[in-house]
Amino acid sequence: MSDIRYTPGAAGAASAALPLRQYHPAHEPHPENGTALGFWLYLMSDCLIFAALFATYGVLGRSYAAGPTGAQLFDLTLVAINTAFLLLSSITFGFAMLRKQQNDVKGTLVWLAVTGFFGLCFLGLELYEFAHLIHQGATPQRSAFLSAFFTLVGTHGLHVTFGLIWLVVLMVQIGKHGLIHENKRRLMCLSMFWHFLDVVWIGVFTFVYLMGVL
Amino acid sequence: MSAAQHTAHAGHDHHDDHGDHHGDVGPHSSLRDYTIGFVLSVILTAIPFWLVMAKVIADRNTAVLVLGAFAVVQILVHMVYFLHMNGKVEGGWTMLSTIFTVVFVAIAIAGTLWVMFHMNANMMPGHPTPTPPTHEAPGHSTP
Repeated sequence: MSDIRYTPGAAGAASAALPLRQYHPAHEPHPENGTALGFWLYLMSDCLIFAALFATYGVLGRSYAAGPTGAQLFDLTLVAINTAFLLLSSITFGFAMLRKQQNDVKGTLVWLAVTGFFGLCFLGLELYEFAHLIHQGATPQRSAFLSAFFTLVGTHGLHVTFGLIWLVVLMVQIGKHGLIHENKRRLMCLSMFWHFLDVVWIGVFTFVYLMGVL
Repeated sequence: MSAAQHTAHAGHDHHDDHGDHHGDVGPHSSLRDYTIGFVLSVILTAIPFWLVMAKVIADRNTAVLVLGAFAVVQILVHMVYFLHMNGKVEGGWTMLSTIFTVVFVAIAIAGTLWVMFHMNANMMPGHPTPTPPTHEAPGHSTP
């Protein structure tokens, strides 16, 4: 009987017509696309995590404990290639979104696969860099600078990893069900997530790598 | 929108408007937006890397400021062209939450650095603890 409140005019008919768990009767105003705003709020809260990690790196970034410095460790050529991978994956995701707008399932999947490939290249190169650093003895335990470095860059890498898992799962779903409304919504969220990671990477390569070798 | 109208628009409008509301979710993007964004971000990435790798700017503080400025501009480019930010999305709530986050992040990072470097300066080993000027007079003055 709680449905009566929504439809004072035709109480009896509405309570029969509306299922119990329908929270938005058609005549009630509701946001057209609340998911986008909700997911944006999640990204903003994720932004705060990165803000804390950037602030930590800013404080500890020069505490080398007589260990290796950023200028000695960082290979900028490697970072430039990595940045190119992530930037390319951003534009290829854009192409996937354009194919999605055309309801082109195959084109969307192809561009998503290309995006995943570049994401994988980025991750592979980053893991190679980490392995190289650890092999040189520049482990997270070596100094406060390296602890902060591995935490910040590692957290970003972890986000990319989860983005890749999400990408693969979504590709399977699109392959199975096509570009239905739900899959388009998921694709929109992943697109925001992926571009957001690119934005965070701008901060990483500027404040950690470029300013680190100055 | 009919198919005829759509093809008429497609010539100059890069098919960014389908007209059907429920068939698609999220902001409509266009090839033009992504291309502009990509070209700008390539330029804005290449210049800072070149500045540092070719050691163009000798002064460290100037270099930090210039690199920071490039990062800010590139983040704005990504926000506008890749994340399709503007004041109208979601009735302005997206923009409002972003502004809030930017203010929060600025206070958190700038505040942390400010406080921690002051602490560093005051806690440095061998650094004399600053004493209030009233106690600096030699001899003691008991009433």
